[in-house]
Amino acid sequence: MPENVTVYVNDLPVTVPTGATVAVAVMLSSNVCRTSVSGEPRAPLCAMGACFECRVEINEVRHLRSCQVACEPQMKIKVGR
Amino acid sequence: MQQTFEIVVIGGGPAGIAAAVAASQSSKRVAVLDDNPRVGGQIWRGGPGLAQPKAAARWFYQLETANVRVFNGARVIHADASARTLQAETTREIFPIGYQNLILATGARELFLPFPGWTLPNVMGAGGFQALVKSGLPIAGKRVVVAGTGPLLLAVAAYLCDHGANVARICEQASSSSLAAFALRMLAFPGKLREALSLRYKSRFAKYATQSWPVSAHGKISLESITISESGRLREIPCDYLACAFHLIPNTELPRMLGCHLNQEAFVETDELQQTLHQGIYCAGEPTGIGGVELSTIEGRIAGHAAANDKRAAAKLFPARARYRKLAAAMKQAFRLRPELATLAKPDTFLCRCEDVTLHQVRQHNSWKSAKLHTRCGMGPCQGRICGAAANFLFGWNIESARPPVFPARCESLAAISSLTSSLTTETEPPQFHGGFQ
Repeated sequence: MPENVTVYVNDLPVTVPTGATVAVAVMLSSNVCRTSVSGEPRAPLCAMGACFECRVEINEVRHLRSCQVACEPQMKIKVGR
Repeated sequence: MQQTFEIVVIGGGPAGIAAAVAASQSSKRVAVLDDNPRVGGQIWRGGPGLAQPKAAARWFYQLETANVRVFNGARVIHADASARTLQAETTREIFPIGYQNLILATGARELFLPFPGWTLPNVMGAGGFQALVKSGLPIAGKRVVVAGTGPLLLAVAAYLCDHGANVARICEQASSSSLAAFALRMLAFPGKLREALSLRYKSRFAKYATQSWPVSAHGKISLESITISESGRLREIPCDYLACAFHLIPNTELPRMLGCHLNQEAFVETDELQQTLHQGIYCAGEPTGIGGVELSTIEGRIAGHAAANDKRAAAKLFPARARYRKLAAAMKQAFRLRPELATLAKPDTFLCRCEDVTLHQVRQHNSWKSAKLHTRCGMGPCQGRICGAAANFLFGWNIESARPPVFPARCESLAAISSLTSSLTTETEPPQFHGGFQ
């Protein structure tokens, strides 16, 4: 298995260790997963799948918890919505 | 096509793995459903691919070599106890699973309490932050404050130090006298005491402050510093991350939805074989009481043997369980939350992070239900997992029934579970799907 995986966060490439979750890729790039209903930037809180603060769009599927999904090569991640 | 197993375990942490391995020893057809990309739960997060404690490696090996079907990345969104069917959703599909006996090993999550600035990026759970580092987040040279309560703080601090972080402080809300009393009771558990001392040695360069807790977090777009209260004095500490949680609370949404009875302390009630008041539904690990990894694996084994109808093997483990329950009781007493923690949030602090509802808005109401109906507090995607637990601590509110879907689900999944009308009509309240997406 290759050591690293490259994914795209809002079209910008990010390289993370194999096995890293999407949350890690987001924290290494924009550091913001979503915008709250009153406009605040939000990032992971629980990192265990309970709080939903880290939800992002992955390969055109919206509202996925980035802390619960492992990065796969060429994944397209959209954040900040 | 629905697959059916004799025993289905929900949750692939220590309790779930132990339950599955124990059940498979009686040649039963066993499946484990786990929400995470890999088994291991939170404490052994990352699974066999990562460096893990010896006990974890042993359990992973036993699970791999046992005749157990593991479904990773599958969260159960609905369970119908009368039809003995579950509906599990992955990022790609929804599928039903049938069972004869069910073992709930849904684990725990961290308790978060609101304070000004707690919604800033880089303010995270203690175990949560560790989970991110285990998932590949580099932290060498980063300045971290670890805060909250419980033995987990020391474990997290030691892990972070091992990975090159500069842990500026460990803020434990409990007093030094209650920690001293806890240490005395730990003398009966020399292994655990040695473990604690070794964790403290690894984190020896970080100051360990008792009677200390975060008061506010500051930063423009993400965390820059935090103010802590330390023995009555305020102190500002610059940091890149705050890893903060006020110990653990059980994940009882699924047990509640299945109608399992909770005791006065809101843990799932079980008999000595870990069976809930529902025939054929067992529960093991943190949902029956926060007790740590050893107690979880023992309870898991008991549940696994019992569900496979090997009561003798289960009964052999009762003394070990009784021993570790004593440790759990000591832990509960030592890390009891102080009432000051309920006064940290200001009127304009968000209590509900999903819907951005302030403490002031929520405080106008006298029950969780009223607050939900009038402010949308607890109505977002976390379904009250974060703010409900906080409201329970702040106001003593009873956080009521759980309804399907147990997690927000896609429309096609909602359509699949709504065809299971038998369970929906037995609900005491009309079914209300909330938190549904797309």
